[in-house]
Amino acid sequence: MTNMQEIDLAQCTLREANSQLQSEDATGAWAIRNPRGRHALAVGLTAPIDVLIDGQAGYYAGGMNQRATITIEGNAGPGVAENMMSGRTHVRGNASMAAGATGHGGLLVIDGDAGARCGISMKGIDIVVRGSVGHMSAFMAQSGTLVVCGDAGEALGDSLYEAKIFVRGEVRSLGADCEEKDMTAQDTVLLQSLLDSAGITGYPAGSFRLYGSARRLYHFHVDNAAAY
Amino acid sequence: MTDNTRKIPRTKPRFSATFDPFTISEIQRAAATGIYDIRGAGTKRKLPHFDDLLFLGASMSRYPLEGYRERCDTDVVLGTRFASKPIRLKTPVTIAGMSFGALSAQAKEALGRGASAVGTSTTTGDGGMTPEERGHSTTLVYQYLPSRYGMNPDDLRRADAIEVVVGQGAKPGGGGMLLGQKISERVAKMRDLPEGIDQRSACRHPDWTGPDDLEIKIEELREITAWEKPIYIKIGASRPYYDVSLAVKAGADVVVLDGMQGGTAATQEVFIEHVGLPILAAIRPAVQALQDLGMHRKVQLIVSGGIRSGADMAKALALGADAVAIGTAALIALGDQSPDLAEEYAKLGTVPGAYDDWQDGRDPAGITTQDPELAARLDPILGGRRIANYLSVMTMEAQAIARACGKSHLHNLEPEDLVALTMEAAAMTRIPLAGTEWYPGRQGF
Repeated sequence: MTNMQEIDLAQCTLREANSQLQSEDATGAWAIRNPRGRHALAVGLTAPIDVLIDGQAGYYAGGMNQRATITIEGNAGPGVAENMMSGRTHVRGNASMAAGATGHGGLLVIDGDAGARCGISMKGIDIVVRGSVGHMSAFMAQSGTLVVCGDAGEALGDSLYEAKIFVRGEVRSLGADCEEKDMTAQDTVLLQSLLDSAGITGYPAGSFRLYGSARRLYHFHVDNAAAY
Repeated sequence: MTDNTRKIPRTKPRFSATFDPFTISEIQRAAATGIYDIRGAGTKRKLPHFDDLLFLGASMSRYPLEGYRERCDTDVVLGTRFASKPIRLKTPVTIAGMSFGALSAQAKEALGRGASAVGTSTTTGDGGMTPEERGHSTTLVYQYLPSRYGMNPDDLRRADAIEVVVGQGAKPGGGGMLLGQKISERVAKMRDLPEGIDQRSACRHPDWTGPDDLEIKIEELREITAWEKPIYIKIGASRPYYDVSLAVKAGADVVVLDGMQGGTAATQEVFIEHVGLPILAAIRPAVQALQDLGMHRKVQLIVSGGIRSGADMAKALALGADAVAIGTAALIALGDQSPDLAEEYAKLGTVPGAYDDWQDGRDPAGITTQDPELAARLDPILGGRRIANYLSVMTMEAQAIARACGKSHLHNLEPEDLVALTMEAAAMTRIPLAGTEWYPGRQGF
């Protein structure tokens, strides 16, 4: 990419790197060279800039992003794009646990697999995983959409609120209060738009199944005691 | 041989100490409903507390300061370890974290007004930061909780400090709950939840699992806020020596230690009464941990849980804390438990002084409610004045004691100024039993 502004983490501190990206005056495209698994890369961004993390990222890459487009050319550690508010984060490799945790908005795309608790407590974020997700994904997910093109581990959607989960492969087991739902035309449109946004082709929307909340745990009741 | 012409004396009905009337009523309630009791507030059992300590005051070997002439300073700076903008408070008593949702917007505003009037801080809670609270709080601590309800980077930057909540004294190891009666349209929107549901808050943070992870999480929070804000770590008192050590290791600027007398908006009665430590038992191990790490007074310690007066504050500071926080006492200052509400409490099946159904949202004082009509009963300006009055009294009480001990700053109070009235208090605090130089565990008695 031309006119890309470069930050070399072999030559500067994390603070110096993030300060440049967090600046109100930041514009255009940026590349972080030699990330070497550093934690808290490109966190708290507010400007609509493009940021390329040129390698592996540690914990919380792109955390609390607002408006920036962040691409990780490698794997991402725990909590990638945690609490993202808006913008887009794209992980070219795999993501560790708690990807997109508590995110309020924006789009997180993971080309590989995601570990345990992907989308935990999500609050409006959309997450598209080309591969599979680990156990307890979408635990207590409140709103937003999780799309899994591969398989899902145990206890998918445990204690789910109003988030939607689309899975193309096998689901090892559903968590408490999560159930399969009929897919409406509106759901199909939503799913297709997210696949399109993630650049994923070849997976027809009809090959996915939809999961959501059975809403049986919305109020404490003695008959549900075993599920709490 | 029985004399049938005389009336036989009968023994009086005798209540069991084990199956006392409250216990019997709880068994009956459990049998009728099939679900545990949920209530607000903190533990109600009698525990070793600050009342079990006394100050010695000045004598032949110590001279006091003149109460109305000589200074006794009260200021405290919190967050001096890493934050570029530490918090400076005029008095070492702060308002503890309580959520909008648990409390009405009027109550939150009143707390902010009162704290600001005397130069101290107040704290958000589970559910996020309201504009009213930010607008009326000169110094506002923003809680970072497992639920992350309402969490956003704009409010993080608007905050004056960030408090990572690992636990609270009323329920160490437990998550939170807010019953449907209090999930109003506004509360639901702030938390991104369906209106009217019984809301649960997770007991663990979603994206870190231990102190090593927490160190990285704190680095992220500092990076997002340009290393300006003090980072507090709040823990429920359970293993204070190790927990404080790990909090320091994780990078805390300030540790908040909450004893089991600390209140909650809604938790199981059995949890409130049977899990955790009284704050008196937790302070000395916490201070010891800081001292062993060479971090006492460098990482500040705030203690809470049953702080009621300037005497309690002074004793906590003498034991090594840098500041205290109040929650339940602040609600009482606002009007909770008022005898003026006796008739309305009676309709709720309780009496002033015992009202603890904070989870129900029917608080006649307008404090622990989201009902617009009830909440409107609380005037935030008047409430703020009451809070300010109470905080001022606490500060003056602590100063009176400190001067009597010859101290020109509240932080100059020290364990040597104290004696213990009970063996339990002596053992927990390592303060000598009154009239002796001994405490349990000390050799040479």
